[in-house]
Amino acid sequence: MRVNFTVNGRRQEADDVWEGESLLYVLRERLGLPGSKNACEQGECGSCTVRLDGVPVCSCLVAAGQVEGREVVTVEGLADYAKQREQSACGTGACGTSLQDAQQWSAKGSDSHTGEGTELSPIQQAFIDAGAVQCGFCTPGLLVAADEMLERTPSPSDEDIREALSGNLCRCTGYEKILDAVRLAAARQGNQEATV
Amino acid sequence: MATTGTPTKLTQKTQGGIGESTLRPDGTLKVTGEFAYSSDMWHEDMLWGQILRSTVAHAEIVSIDTSEALAQAGVYAVLTYDDLPTEVKNYGLEIQDTPVLAHGVVRHHGEPVALVAADHPETARRAAAKIKVEYKELPVVTDEASATAPDAPLLHPGRDDHHAGHVPHPNIVHRQPIVRGDADEAAKRADVIVTGEYTFGMQDQAFLGPESGLAVPAEDGGVDLYVATQWLHSDLRQIAPVLGLPEDKIRMTLSGVGGAFGGREDLSMQIHACLLALRTGKPVKIVYNRFESFFGHVHRHPAKLWYEHGATRDGRITHMKCRIVLDGGAYASASPAVVGNASSLSVGPYVIDDVDIEAIALYTNNPPCGAMRGFGAVQACFAYEAQMDKLAKALDMDPVELRQLNAMEQGTLLPTGQPVDSPAPVAELLRRVKARPLPPERQWESTEGADVRALPGGLSNTTHGEGVVRGVGYAVGIKNVGFSEGFDDYSTAKVRMEVIAGEPVATVHTAMAEVGQGGVTVHAQIARTELGVSQVTISPADTQVGSAGSTSASRQTYVTGGAVKNSCELVREKVLEIGRRKFGSYHPAWATAELLLEDGKVVTDGGEVLADLVDLLEDEAVEIEAEWRHRPTEAFDLRTGQGNGHVQYSFAAHRAVVEVDTELGLVKVIELACAQDVGKALNPLSVIGQIQGGTTQGLGVAVMEEIIVDPKTAKVRNPSFTDYLIPTILDTPTIPVDVLELADDNAPYGLRGIGEAPTLSSTPAVLAAIRNATGLELDRTPVRPEHLTGT
Amino acid sequence: MDFLRPASWEEALAAKAEHPTAVPIAGGTDVMVEINFDHRRPEYLLDLNRVGELTEWEVGGESVRLGASVPYTAIMENLRAELPGLALASHTVASPQIRNRGGVGGNLGTASPAGDAHPALLAAGAEVEAESVRGSRMIPIDEFYTGVKRNALAPDELIRAVHIKKADGPQQYSKVGTRNAMVIAVCAFGLALHPQTRTVRTGIGSAAPTPVRAKAAEEFLSAALEEGGFWESGKIITPSIAKQFAELASGGCNPIDDVRGTAKYRRHAVGIMARRTLGWTWEQYRGTARTLEGVA
Repeated sequence: MRVNFTVNGRRQEADDVWEGESLLYVLRERLGLPGSKNACEQGECGSCTVRLDGVPVCSCLVAAGQVEGREVVTVEGLADYAKQREQSACGTGACGTSLQDAQQWSAKGSDSHTGEGTELSPIQQAFIDAGAVQCGFCTPGLLVAADEMLERTPSPSDEDIREALSGNLCRCTGYEKILDAVRLAAARQGNQEATV
Repeated sequence: MATTGTPTKLTQKTQGGIGESTLRPDGTLKVTGEFAYSSDMWHEDMLWGQILRSTVAHAEIVSIDTSEALAQAGVYAVLTYDDLPTEVKNYGLEIQDTPVLAHGVVRHHGEPVALVAADHPETARRAAAKIKVEYKELPVVTDEASATAPDAPLLHPGRDDHHAGHVPHPNIVHRQPIVRGDADEAAKRADVIVTGEYTFGMQDQAFLGPESGLAVPAEDGGVDLYVATQWLHSDLRQIAPVLGLPEDKIRMTLSGVGGAFGGREDLSMQIHACLLALRTGKPVKIVYNRFESFFGHVHRHPAKLWYEHGATRDGRITHMKCRIVLDGGAYASASPAVVGNASSLSVGPYVIDDVDIEAIALYTNNPPCGAMRGFGAVQACFAYEAQMDKLAKALDMDPVELRQLNAMEQGTLLPTGQPVDSPAPVAELLRRVKARPLPPERQWESTEGADVRALPGGLSNTTHGEGVVRGVGYAVGIKNVGFSEGFDDYSTAKVRMEVIAGEPVATVHTAMAEVGQGGVTVHAQIARTELGVSQVTISPADTQVGSAGSTSASRQTYVTGGAVKNSCELVREKVLEIGRRKFGSYHPAWATAELLLEDGKVVTDGGEVLADLVDLLEDEAVEIEAEWRHRPTEAFDLRTGQGNGHVQYSFAAHRAVVEVDTELGLVKVIELACAQDVGKALNPLSVIGQIQGGTTQGLGVAVMEEIIVDPKTAKVRNPSFTDYLIPTILDTPTIPVDVLELADDNAPYGLRGIGEAPTLSSTPAVLAAIRNATGLELDRTPVRPEHLTGT
Repeated sequence: MDFLRPASWEEALAAKAEHPTAVPIAGGTDVMVEINFDHRRPEYLLDLNRVGELTEWEVGGESVRLGASVPYTAIMENLRAELPGLALASHTVASPQIRNRGGVGGNLGTASPAGDAHPALLAAGAEVEAESVRGSRMIPIDEFYTGVKRNALAPDELIRAVHIKKADGPQQYSKVGTRNAMVIAVCAFGLALHPQTRTVRTGIGSAAPTPVRAKAAEEFLSAALEEGGFWESGKIITPSIAKQFAELASGGCNPIDDVRGTAKYRRHAVGIMARRTLGWTWEQYRGTARTLEGVA
């Protein structure tokens, strides 16, 4: 069957989809978006978390045919998604690209090999800075879930963070650095809002 | 080549040598989803491989009929044992006893029987389901009694491996006794004697990225293999003879690895993918799902441990006797080395002069077991630490005080007769975790009521405080670092220095498997420190450079880090030679002073700048590939266990604070504090990450993680993440870490391997805390609600 | 395999009538796992995501009509006052991601004894609105579960909604799992006090071939509360009543040993949960209970 849907703001069409395929399989194997990870295929690990019409879901538990006409955001689109959210949240017009941001952008350049110079969302940057990434296999799902939590709950308590991320397994970190990363992103987000 | 997902060079432009918490060079790729894991590999025209596995644990294969599977549209190949191309049909880390595909018999549930390649995974699955295998079931061997019974079926009749001659029964893979002093005589001095029989359940590594890889047939008749593994060269050594190819025709590249923890030390899909690729002439990708992953790698050995300790009234341990039986399952894997660790570390970090020790590993029809983080030392630590608490109770002593009184120090002899020749701050580590203030009581209580998320049972809303009792427990452990028992444990590093775009750049190329531990971060730090450059490129790990050994045994920073340091030093010498040749006549210091490379310049130890590396090198590149090895070790005597078998040790201590719902038998770990000596923290952020991660895996096997094998059928009952549970973020406590840096003068920068030690003491600390809360004996791990409620 | 995508409820019923073997899929929690793990290859998948009304609910005078696909998250966030037991149960379902997509219709369709919603539905009192092209009928929840993973639906029927009695008193729900989140029930217990009718109802999960009520326990407690004048006086329930209620709840189980727990433990744990939930609900009834942070 054929499935048409939007991924990270772009219209996509997948052809010859087997009816039993999951959204995860279509993203990874048909659309060249392997960022969402396949770690359990039974909704027990959260590594494949994407946003479906804005809502975090396990893409392994969504039948490909169910996404017809719907909107999906994956980790690959997270930075753009966060940027758009930030821009649309600003009604005053005073929070476009700051001079500092503009300078950073031009100074950074882009290195396709290592991703240096890639623009990251606050939660992505915080994961790197806090040491929340080891093998990184759980990271994409955690980022999508954590970003959505911070959207809903800008100043979460530790228990809020734990509850929101309780559907995402990590085997490397013991979660402490992941908590640090979410706290860091929340704090930075708070600071930014305070300065606007 | 139209392969996507090929690993790329990691470049990082930051300052930061050793000792700094520099950030991962692969961090950006990993947070954007662009980092290419082995399961992300894709190739035009690729096929999907599927493995048909045995549905029974022990059976004769009467017949295999592949005709119907082959007739399916979209199926390109179906292979069985009969299709193997050479006379080499087995592989194995140490003993080549594992069939590539089952021949005549299957010895465990989930053993590979046949392979399919097809154009879609579903086509391959359907075809595999159409292969008809007729089994004639055989009785199963599941424990020591059934393995060594007079009429026990032999798992591997006609063994001719190097352990076959000294084991008491052919169903025993390896046996290591250690005798030192006279335990029976010393027991007479004891005022109290405590004994215990302990059970350690089968733990799974449960790395999040299931086994996967892509094999691409090459024009020269060879194959390019992209795979997630812990040791490329060990894989290569096992793959090549089965394929009948010279090693240089199998070009292996490390793909992104989604965790390992020992589970990728053995081969999984490597040979299968190559066989299918060479047969079909097409690239073949194999990706296990979670169910298959539980059958696709070895697990931590489950163990039975009998211990006896004696002590005088003042708390001095008189002697220790123990017997450790490890279940190795159907194939040997790393069992012999696990026996070596379990036996030689069975005393723990204590001074005990009179010991009588025996450890064995069995062949059974249970799932094969092998390497997992902590490797034999984990099982022993669980038991000897339970014994320490028992002994303290019998002596009416504080359990920490008892441990400190008997704690090992630098110079203590191990039961193997080997002196511990580096700092062993066992008592100090215990002091540190004990001195930490306890977390406040009843943190779940607030003015609005109980926050169930902070209580045992969590979101399941099982208690609002009823039945909840707090307990505190301590444990400490010792783990050897690096490969022991005379193994030639070396690593190779190729380091290149040149000027690129007006800047001196170092390139580090090793075959080290980065599995998440941060070796790539540390290699760049070492190169910056040694070569004074800010930009370091880490080349993808592959077999185009010499072996880096395994990413296991807490050895990579020590051994491959040591190799990188060594090669950098050799490169530096060459660079200085060039400098002397070019500029020697301009400044006497070139001949007389100690010269260093700093900030892209050659400087004297007094800080005087002699030359800019850019001017010195011009368009010349300096490149060195060299091997580096740690001090040699020797085998343990097969009768007495004596021998200098180890090269370094790693020590960690934990204090666990738990709250137990004593009525429902549910546990919430409130805090799991760790103190560990790391020698030198090359990257403090990564060190803490390793300690917290290892601690959490220890917590998992304390309260929830266990592969359950049916004792009647030897079949795995819970091969899924629904029923094999690992800790979530709501099960994991705060893990404060206290890092000690007492240098080991024998190791590069004084560092110690750190990855495994925190996994050892975490489990017994949690168990001790639960015992403290409940007053129960608890002689097995993981502890389940029925054990805590007597149901 | 064929993928059927009805755009409306009528189309869905027509598709199910034409293909009675079609497997409905909404949240995918059960069906997709079975497909991913090669346990099931249905001839037809019947996607209900496009039938918008299934994610809607209406609060009526007596009951809530809950669309079959209303996600657990929505129940937790919006129906805590009307359906406190189900809201608590919803909070114990799997993970946030699954709660965002899964609904009560899936639990009922699968009819696993371990489904988290069942004890809450049994305790509150509910009817399943099942419909086919032949017509609509209401199936009382007590008659809905007919065997291990079997229910009273005819092959051509789909679950449209569940009509759940609005709480007329405190309700509680507890579930034992061996992990503090994202866990399948070892066993579960739901309790609802119904002061209007001076009755209590219960539900037991994962401790019998189907979700069941502990009827002997209910009858005992209802009678004891009545006879002792507890409803009027609001006095503290005596420990002996709580103990006997717990024992009878335990006796209402018919569990098995499996990989998640022993039969003996399940009986034991159901008794403990019965006693505790009784304590909590009764405290709430007496009007002295504090609200619970983070529970629903």
